[in-house]
Amino acid sequence: MIQFDAVHKRFPNGTTAVHDLTLEMPEGGVTVLVGSSGCGKTTTLRMVNRMVEPTSGTIRVGGKDVTEQDAAELRRSIGYVIQQSGLFPHRTVLDNIATVPLLLGHGRRRARARAAELLETVGLTAESGRRYPHQLSGGQQQRVGVARALAADPPVLLMDEPFGAVDPVVRTQLQDELLRLQKELNKTIVFVTHDVDEAVRLGDRIAIFRTGGHLVQCAPPAELLARPADDFVADFLGAERGLKLLSLKTLADVPQGPAPEGGTWTLVLDAADKPVHWASTGAEIPVRPLRDDDSLLAALDESLASPTGLIARVDANGVLTGVSSRDDIHTHAGRAHTEARTAARTETGAAA
Amino acid sequence: MYELFKNLGDWLTSGTQWAGSDGIAHRLAEHLQYSLLATLVATAIGLPLGLLIGHTGKGAFLAINLASFGRALPTVGLVVLVFLAGGLSMLPVYVALVALAVPAIVTNTYAGMTAVDPDVKDAARGQGMRAHQVLFQVELPLALPLIMTGLRLALIQVVATATIAAYVSFGGLGRYVFDGLAQRDLVQVLGGAVLVAAVAVALDLALSGLQRFLFRHRTA
Repeated sequence: MIQFDAVHKRFPNGTTAVHDLTLEMPEGGVTVLVGSSGCGKTTTLRMVNRMVEPTSGTIRVGGKDVTEQDAAELRRSIGYVIQQSGLFPHRTVLDNIATVPLLLGHGRRRARARAAELLETVGLTAESGRRYPHQLSGGQQQRVGVARALAADPPVLLMDEPFGAVDPVVRTQLQDELLRLQKELNKTIVFVTHDVDEAVRLGDRIAIFRTGGHLVQCAPPAELLARPADDFVADFLGAERGLKLLSLKTLADVPQGPAPEGGTWTLVLDAADKPVHWASTGAEIPVRPLRDDDSLLAALDESLASPTGLIARVDANGVLTGVSSRDDIHTHAGRAHTEARTAARTETGAAA
Repeated sequence: MYELFKNLGDWLTSGTQWAGSDGIAHRLAEHLQYSLLATLVATAIGLPLGLLIGHTGKGAFLAINLASFGRALPTVGLVVLVFLAGGLSMLPVYVALVALAVPAIVTNTYAGMTAVDPDVKDAARGQGMRAHQVLFQVELPLALPLIMTGLRLALIQVVATATIAAYVSFGGLGRYVFDGLAQRDLVQVLGGAVLVAAVAVALDLALSGLQRFLFRHRTA
């Protein structure tokens, strides 16, 4: 767990980067810090590993005050990933990943073996370990950056806009991989971004900062979207925050029935009972089958695209289990909203 | 004109000219000895200074002004000055050559250090490297191409200027230039000049080749 207690940071030029911050970042969870540039989110992150020293207040990692530890040793015990990857251009990918184990005196052979293991963990080939960073794509470089941060198996990972410089497709891939890794590794992650969608996707909790280093609200994404603390938060989350909320809810509870027989459009299946497309006389419309763990937002989108307003539901193997109607999806979407808002209200009421 | 080049060719290729204590081989060895020793001493002074300025970011003013100072420094004047102050020895020559080489080394080292990507330095610190580890494991290796360029420039300048050793009665290839001038022997003057130029060019090519080999994995 990371605890900020009345932390203040004023830079020598007089600007206040972080203003009276008290915040807890739970163990094994992803806390995302968001806000526009100059809001103090990066400074907050950098104070955890003493890349920036607080002017006043205390920061504890695992119960220990960070300023009472040797800065270099503290940093070796905390993974650190930055936007431009910050890889060492004169060292091979493998040696880049082995940095912290080597600093800890693990010996070259052991450090390299660990690095080779991590290449696989982050989805890179063993062969890429012999390359130099500039020979990799931006996305691959970020993977190496993550691997380097994980090399000494630190309990805490600091990620400062790690996916900010890669294209949207690669960014989505990297986000998926991070979620997959996090399921396995259960790190305490502090993640800085200015991208609300990224925050909603990755965060267990989201902390929104306003210019001047003020923390405005810190809550789980659903609560934040359903009940923003003020107009600033609402504006920051954007006009479609209702839809973003649906991206957090799964399709599992929406009832399904058998696929309709007859009618203008029929759902065509292949030999293995996997949906192929919707067919009518002389026309075909592609179908995007959805699984139970897909989001309500995806369901809503697919129900709009479907000529019958029905979505095709499949199991993990892609075999058709049934269909759900646009109405059912709508009803559930509305219910999800109401639940999120009332739940948040009760919680806030209880806290007050 | 043709006669002159023919005589120059004979002078450079005749076996007797290469042999003995006044021969080209010996003078060349002397010249290289002066140049390498001066550059070595200059490196011992300039490299730590440049690294220190680059690493701490303090004293950049010094580094920048040292460059213009170095360019404006009258080498012969310095030789005479130290000679008058300290008497006849190789010391004035070495002082002048070192003073000539130090600015090129300091400024290039400093330039190399400042060219290191701040993100890379930030990452190095963030992984838990101590100041000296950042310096020796990250900054120095990344600044090395520019540092080597500085050493190369310094060495070339020193080789070209080491002729002044002969001005205060010592050896080196400058011997031919100064003796030739005194004896109004144009072939000898030219021969000395051509040899100095050839040594400078050869060293430059060898060192830039070495640089290309060492840094073949680098992008820039």
